[in-house]
Amino acid sequence: MGDRLLDIKDIHVEADGTEILKGLNLSVNKGEVHVIMGPNGAGKSTLVNVIMGHPKYKITSGDIIFENEKINDLKTDERAKKGIFLSFQTPEEVPGITVEGLLRSSRTSITGKPIKLMAFRKELKEKLEILQFDESYASRYLNVGFSGGEKKKNEIIQMMMINPKLAILDETDSGLDVDAVKIVSKGVNKFKNENNAIVIITHNSKILEDLKPDFVHVILKGKVVKTGDASLIDEINNNGFAEFKEAALS
Amino acid sequence: MERKKTFIEDLDRGFYDIKNKDIYSYKADKGLTKEIILNISKEKNDPEWMRDFRLKSLEIYNNMELPTWGPSLDELDMDNIVTYVKPNTQMKGNWNEVPEDIKDTFEKLGIPKAERESLAGVGAQYDSEVVYHSIKEELVKQGIVYTDMETALREYEDIVKEYFMKLVPPNDHKFVALHGAVWSGGSFVYVPEGVDVEIPLQSYFRLNSPGAGQFEHTLIIVEKGARLHFIEGCSAPKYNVTNLHAGCVELYVKEGATLRYSTIENWSRNMLNLNTKRAVVEKNGTIEWVSGSFGSKISMLYPMSILKGEGAKAEFTGITFAGKGQHLDTGAKVVHAAPYTSSAINTKSISKSGGVAIYRGAVKITPNAHHTKASVSCESLMLDDISRSDTLPVLDILNDEVDIGHEAKIGRISDEAIFYLMSRGISEEEAKAMIVRGFAEPIAKELPLEYAVEMNNLINLELEGSIG
Repeated sequence: MGDRLLDIKDIHVEADGTEILKGLNLSVNKGEVHVIMGPNGAGKSTLVNVIMGHPKYKITSGDIIFENEKINDLKTDERAKKGIFLSFQTPEEVPGITVEGLLRSSRTSITGKPIKLMAFRKELKEKLEILQFDESYASRYLNVGFSGGEKKKNEIIQMMMINPKLAILDETDSGLDVDAVKIVSKGVNKFKNENNAIVIITHNSKILEDLKPDFVHVILKGKVVKTGDASLIDEINNNGFAEFKEAALS
Repeated sequence: MERKKTFIEDLDRGFYDIKNKDIYSYKADKGLTKEIILNISKEKNDPEWMRDFRLKSLEIYNNMELPTWGPSLDELDMDNIVTYVKPNTQMKGNWNEVPEDIKDTFEKLGIPKAERESLAGVGAQYDSEVVYHSIKEELVKQGIVYTDMETALREYEDIVKEYFMKLVPPNDHKFVALHGAVWSGGSFVYVPEGVDVEIPLQSYFRLNSPGAGQFEHTLIIVEKGARLHFIEGCSAPKYNVTNLHAGCVELYVKEGATLRYSTIENWSRNMLNLNTKRAVVEKNGTIEWVSGSFGSKISMLYPMSILKGEGAKAEFTGITFAGKGQHLDTGAKVVHAAPYTSSAINTKSISKSGGVAIYRGAVKITPNAHHTKASVSCESLMLDDISRSDTLPVLDILNDEVDIGHEAKIGRISDEAIFYLMSRGISEEEAKAMIVRGFAEPIAKELPLEYAVEMNNLINLELEGSIG
């Protein structure tokens, strides 16, 4: 396995005065696929939001290290520029900004260079085809009037266009039908290579059939209570999270 | 995470704020007396009926109260307003003959360039008088008249007499009475039956003189089956004294005719903008208003459409942006006075840094106006906790056979949307500006292109450095 990309060290996080993450550790290397599972309210979404730098969440202790640099205090856009991407669980609808408009602003911002429009459009067209989106989606307002599935696929298009080092998929598969999960998996597989890494939060194992996780982490009460390989998924599917509850208390 | 907040006290409005020396050939005394009115009338060589009209309007003005609703107008002291400032030039038909300083101002505002590139005719008013007017030769040949009101009063006196302040009579409210007394400048457009003016005409109003008022009168008549797009732009440099704008726009849209009236108002923030605009639309005619209100300290502006003939239509698309110290009370009125008429009002407002943006509008449907359709949609976006937005729509429906839709939304800029865009590598400032531009986009695309660009620049300027 490749170089270290992300290191989360004993992080404590609170939101609105309540501690949600209570000493969580997680390390991700380049070329790896990590899966995070856990019951509702365990802190999964808090974890991904805090990695992305959501202002609502406050780190009270511990560090987030990305490519050997502490990023605790970086703003969200600066983290994105370093190569962190979040596929949102419920992407916002933003009227008046087109999908293409967002991607162009994003590209200019991240690269600091003007866009070569022809090449950009060609690239976007290719990605739209992979996700089986009609070209007209590029000129639609961001997520406005999109179905749940379209919103999720749109996140994956953004991921492929931005091409981050670390892609975090927050329940990207939830609410998708079987075919849509296949399409999304195809997109994620195209994106994946030995220089990037993927962290997937999911409740379902469907998406994992195609994505072959290297590590599975169980989060409970704000901590990683168990890390294992893909076989852990079957264990959870069969027995639920009950057996980990004791570990969470220790 | 600690973030520094920076605030800008007042905008650098760039070339809008360039002040020229206050040079004039005649300037009325401050205040409003019969003697001042008579002097203005004499200076302007009014025909007798117009002089009498001014005096009658003054009398109405003196007997009328200030409006009891809307923003407070306490700071308006008519004794300190100069109602007439005649620039030190005659009206020119050749741009090169316009005095250097005035020419320079309009050059910076992009007026002659726009004329060369995309307009069929241009008028430019400086303080109280129009200093430049031109129209393409082909249009003259088609019988189109586009000139300043003073010339119209001399050369088309019968038409002016028939229409002038008949749609907006001086007893309508105090500021039109004032307008009737001291009006000066403005544009006159006459489009003969069946003529389609394919490219727009544009008048630009600039108030340079401190403590002065601008009271231009715009009179447009679009005859049967004809079509016109008229653009109006307004600006002024900022002074510490109060300036007043009380213009009046009267639009006559005849049977089957279409008029689009676009306005971008970017008065400086010492301006009280108390403007009155009204259109009357005959059978199957259409009035389309596009209105952008960005400047002034206080605005009260509610363009009104009277749908007088069967099948007449009105559309109003407006955007208002109120920043620090601004109270912009804007909206639209429609009177459905005939069957099968339809109207659509679509407004957006943005308020920030303590600005107040109010939508105030009214739709009235008379008892005989069956099978009418009206829709009102107003959306407000407040960019912080100290700004205020409100919507005050009134629907007065005296008929059962109508189809009415109404929607009002007041919201704040969504933190989640900002986070979403920032997660794509876009800075907080730019994310906010993108969201605001996106909010304004449906309106911006209705504006003439150069104004849409200007509006986006203004939004960027407003948001720069003011993000917490």
